[in-house]
Amino acid sequence: MNRDSLLAQIGWLALALLLALLLTVIVAWPAGAPPLETIYVLFKGGVSSWSKVGRVLAGWVPLTLCSAGLLIPFTARLWNIGVEGQVIMGAIFCTAALRPFEDGGGTGVILLALAASVAGGAFWALLAGLLRVFGRVHEIFSGLGLNFVALGVTLWLIFGPWKRPGVASMSGTKPLDISLWLPRLGNLSVSWVGLVLACAAVVLVYILLHRTKWGLKMRAVGENPKAATLFALGPRRRLLQAFMLCGGLAGLAGATQVLSVYHRLLPNISSGYGYTALLVSMMASFRLSLVPFICLFFAVLNVGSIQLPLQLNLDSSLSGVIQGVMVLSLFIVQGLRLWLRQRKEAD
Amino acid sequence: MDTFALTIAAILMAGAPLVLATLGETLTEKAGIINLSLDGSILLSAMAAFACSATFDSPWLGMAAGAAVGAAIAGALGVIGIFLGQSQLAVGFILTLLSRDLAYFLGHNFSRQPGPDLGLWTVPGLGKTPFVGLIFGSQSPVVYLSLAAIAFSWWWMYRTEGGMRLRAVGESPRAAFGRGIRVRLVRLCYCLAGGALVGLAGGAYSLAVKPGWGRPQGCEGAGWIALAIVIFGGWHPVRTALGAFFFAALQVSGIYLQELFPSIPAPVFQVAPFPMMILTLLAVNMGRVGWVQDIVRRHPFLKALSRGWSIEAPAALGQDFDPKKGL
Repeated sequence: MNRDSLLAQIGWLALALLLALLLTVIVAWPAGAPPLETIYVLFKGGVSSWSKVGRVLAGWVPLTLCSAGLLIPFTARLWNIGVEGQVIMGAIFCTAALRPFEDGGGTGVILLALAASVAGGAFWALLAGLLRVFGRVHEIFSGLGLNFVALGVTLWLIFGPWKRPGVASMSGTKPLDISLWLPRLGNLSVSWVGLVLACAAVVLVYILLHRTKWGLKMRAVGENPKAATLFALGPRRRLLQAFMLCGGLAGLAGATQVLSVYHRLLPNISSGYGYTALLVSMMASFRLSLVPFICLFFAVLNVGSIQLPLQLNLDSSLSGVIQGVMVLSLFIVQGLRLWLRQRKEAD
Repeated sequence: MDTFALTIAAILMAGAPLVLATLGETLTEKAGIINLSLDGSILLSAMAAFACSATFDSPWLGMAAGAAVGAAIAGALGVIGIFLGQSQLAVGFILTLLSRDLAYFLGHNFSRQPGPDLGLWTVPGLGKTPFVGLIFGSQSPVVYLSLAAIAFSWWWMYRTEGGMRLRAVGESPRAAFGRGIRVRLVRLCYCLAGGALVGLAGGAYSLAVKPGWGRPQGCEGAGWIALAIVIFGGWHPVRTALGAFFFAALQVSGIYLQELFPSIPAPVFQVAPFPMMILTLLAVNMGRVGWVQDIVRRHPFLKALSRGWSIEAPAALGQDFDPKKGL
């Protein structure tokens, strides 16, 4: 792939985007979505005012945290599909740490909650890792099962022990005291702490994977696990570490959802960011440098799609359709390139 | 006794879509292709089946639409995975998410609308028979469909030449290629056939087991459970079907458990099958872990038991085969 010139690469990317647009129009038009107007509504709904930009950034933070984290297990060729559950567990642990401070607390309490969320996410990821390493359960199934279990725990807490005094409903637990909210950026709905955390996560993952021996060995484990065992690189320990680091970052994403977006625990606390992050990392072809930008684009789509039911009477899941179609188109175009090259070599 | 018979009838009904989906995936995986898109596939075909049957007022046309949608999604996976050489796991996962969102997007106008369902079939003369009558006398057509599918898949896989070719391309594509079998084409065909069965499973949900369409429909997650059941059933159609009924029994007993433990909120029981899924996979896979094998080897009884219990995935599962590279 590296042999192609930059121009050719851009050309292929443009082809993928064109294909994505075409496929989206094919599925969306018959459902009553006029293409141009829909795109206009989507983007206007995402960027037309500062408050919307704030919401986009608020979505960008957890998405970037999860996507950056996912690159660590992917380096070792592991599918951490459980990242969604790890976000939820992070949110649960965060809420648990805050419960004794119902009447308010300071920076120390928030730091405690952040640490708890990292521990929660890492713990949930460790479970999937242990099942894989010692139980031979494929991480796709353990991760996925644990996602649903995490959701079950949230529902149980919201309707059971942590229910709001008087009412227990899908609207979640009692809202946090305002002193426990993360400080906002100006009057936007995004917290500057969250932005700093997300940027720091990208830098951290870059350093870990590309500037340390640990990252080098992790790549070796991914490339050839058998050789890694022979060279005493400790693949098992490394796999567990990869899972836990990713889970920790996902847990942090859950904490930002609790501390700066919803200010309480609710069933939909993860907003599906875990699954979207898997799409982001595949879309970026596992290149960290692309992750923040794709996350930004996906976040604009998510925020913009809220306008679809209001203005065009369409379901907001169109944003998910577009995201999926884009990643699928990229895979199709990659496959076509491969096929064409093989044909050329065969001639 | 009557309660017992009715419970069995309920399990057969709840298990029917799972059986169809697991048999479909078994066919696909036997050919060496992993179709990870089951969960979204079931949802999209459930939507298509309901929308089609509501529009044309014909539930059987709806089932056909469901099968077509399932086959189309599997076909996309087949073409991108087999001919364009992309990761089957990655493409399958993308297709899951894409189909799920597509189902909610396209099904928007059919949400909570009235529509026909498949109803019940009455077998003449069977209704009066004491035990069997309660189970089979008046059942949903999807139950008969699922039972027929079990018998047919077993017969096809182990008693026909087509089935032999199927197993050959999944076990040893090179050898099959050497015998003149067009490996990629056969694989694509079973991808489509398996996908069609998965589509029928979707139709079975929205037209029989949980009639109607909405967000959520109630079959979310079923595809993932089906994927795990295929492993649990060791890629054998009869055993996978038993696994599907086992999980359906758990779902049905979940309703009883809810009555027994009213203090536990109802939504918690909906996720109950998932820890069970992890535990069963753990139990199945533990047999291949070193220290467990050591213990089994030392006890003749366990050894005999493990021979009946041991499972092997199709040897070339998830592996590419490129005929140009030859033998």
